[in-house]
Amino acid sequence: MTTTRSQLPFGRRPLTAHMRWRYGWSAVGVIGSGFCAGLAASLLLLILGYVAIQGVAALNPAFLTHVPRPVGVPGAGVANGIVGTFIVVGIAVALATPVGVFTGIYLALFGRGRFAETVRFLADVLSGIPSIAIGLFAYTLFVQPFRHFSALSASLAFAILMLPLIIRTAEESIARVPTRVREGALALGISTYSSTIHIIVPAARAGIITGLLLAIARVTGETAPLLFTAFGSQFWELNPTNPMAVLALQVFTYAISPYEDWHRQAWAGAFLLIVAVLILNVSARLVLRNRFEA
Amino acid sequence: MPAPYQFPYLVGGAETLARPASEPRPPSKMATDGLNVFYGQFHAIKHVTLSLPDRRVSALIGPSGCGKSTFLRALNRMHDLTPEARVEGSVTLDGTDIYGPGIDPVEVRHRIGMVFQRANPFPKSIFENVVFGPKVHGERRHRELIEICERSLVKAALWDEVKDRLNSSALGLSGGQQQRLCIARQLAVEPEVILMDEPASALDPLATAKIEDLIFALRRDYAVVIVTHSMQQAARVSDLTSFFLLGEMIETGPTAEVFTHPTDRRTEDYITGRFG
Repeated sequence: MTTTRSQLPFGRRPLTAHMRWRYGWSAVGVIGSGFCAGLAASLLLLILGYVAIQGVAALNPAFLTHVPRPVGVPGAGVANGIVGTFIVVGIAVALATPVGVFTGIYLALFGRGRFAETVRFLADVLSGIPSIAIGLFAYTLFVQPFRHFSALSASLAFAILMLPLIIRTAEESIARVPTRVREGALALGISTYSSTIHIIVPAARAGIITGLLLAIARVTGETAPLLFTAFGSQFWELNPTNPMAVLALQVFTYAISPYEDWHRQAWAGAFLLIVAVLILNVSARLVLRNRFEA
Repeated sequence: MPAPYQFPYLVGGAETLARPASEPRPPSKMATDGLNVFYGQFHAIKHVTLSLPDRRVSALIGPSGCGKSTFLRALNRMHDLTPEARVEGSVTLDGTDIYGPGIDPVEVRHRIGMVFQRANPFPKSIFENVVFGPKVHGERRHRELIEICERSLVKAALWDEVKDRLNSSALGLSGGQQQRLCIARQLAVEPEVILMDEPASALDPLATAKIEDLIFALRRDYAVVIVTHSMQQAARVSDLTSFFLLGEMIETGPTAEVFTHPTDRRTEDYITGRFG
């Protein structure tokens, strides 16, 4: 009936001191890491909540439809900054997407050896470069020679910022398309070109779009590179070769101003930015959820 | 006490086999001469010379790792995609060396199709899967594409099951249906040879039976080469069987003969289940 090891049935034996010690530390670890997770989440919620409370208070229809006015004049808005953000980010997407996606295709399917490794490494380095340095680069390349600020130079800086993110997500999602699907295409006597364009890239579409949305979300909130590229404007400006208002930059300018009125507008602008980034992030998740649906 | 295992392909003698051994050997469609395949330093296929007849099913059997899949992939230049793989010797299709100078591997794979172990439909609709090949090869007329789709699916014995949902995703089909879709996709580009790499090994017995019927029907129009580790399957569907072991081809001949009177001791050991 009973074994020589223990007189008590399994489950009734008292824990050894060693096991009690182990369970104790385990509990400490679980509670500790849970507390840290809670702290991280609550900080985020705190920021979101504070910006929302401050921002919604200053939000009104004029804020979304009017251009800036002098301090104290009612009916001021950031409409030109909202439109400017779309223009600057839009041009940046147009510049960065083809380069990024084709680099991703190259790295995932054809890149072997030293050159590909170098490209991969440089993309990683690029993603770590401070955005203000990239802004300075765009300034020297695109602002100095023309002797005036322009939205285009801001788009260039944004495109460089987006590039590593687009490249790596495109590469990863293309590499995740199973080899057997590629082989299936080749076995039909289909050239590598056709199978890449018509089978592999469409199969990786969800991942590529997700990367793109995340890259857009990342640059939409960027301010540093705009300081000496887009520069900002008080007026309606749709010509990308001129200085242009951008929402993030307006928030910055208003926030460091000494006027209470502008501070309120900065909060409202910050709230708009957070909402935009939130929408981008959520849609990126939705896109990814629906992948593998033909 | 369970009944001792019987080898189904030996139970009824030669008449259960696909084809009587006496039938004259048909003309060769593909042939290899002194074929060697290396993966880096590893000598995977050793000097295989084999003739593959037209309008017949040739089976390649042997234990796992014996090189039969490697051999199959050398037949339509799939090794071109693996940088460390090297192929030596000749593989001919209608007498022309497919590894010869000036031969386009894409054209080779157009004429020699392949069905893989795991079904690999494209993440597109059923219709798009079937007509993708013809489309890329230049067929633009929609009416013609619809006809090709129906014809191929009928030939692959899948039409009745999918005709009402041609526009739904191919990934929603069952495993057996996906595999037949992959076969239909091959038929749509009208190859001359169809290579099959264990096409039923991931399927249940019912789906396997359907695939086997299909393979047997395909021999009317195509040269079919099938790799299988199921000896029963080789016996049921093939006209010729070649036995591979450790990268060498040990024995080849009409299926009935190889299974009933193997000439090599190792073949006999394998088919009677003494190893493998």
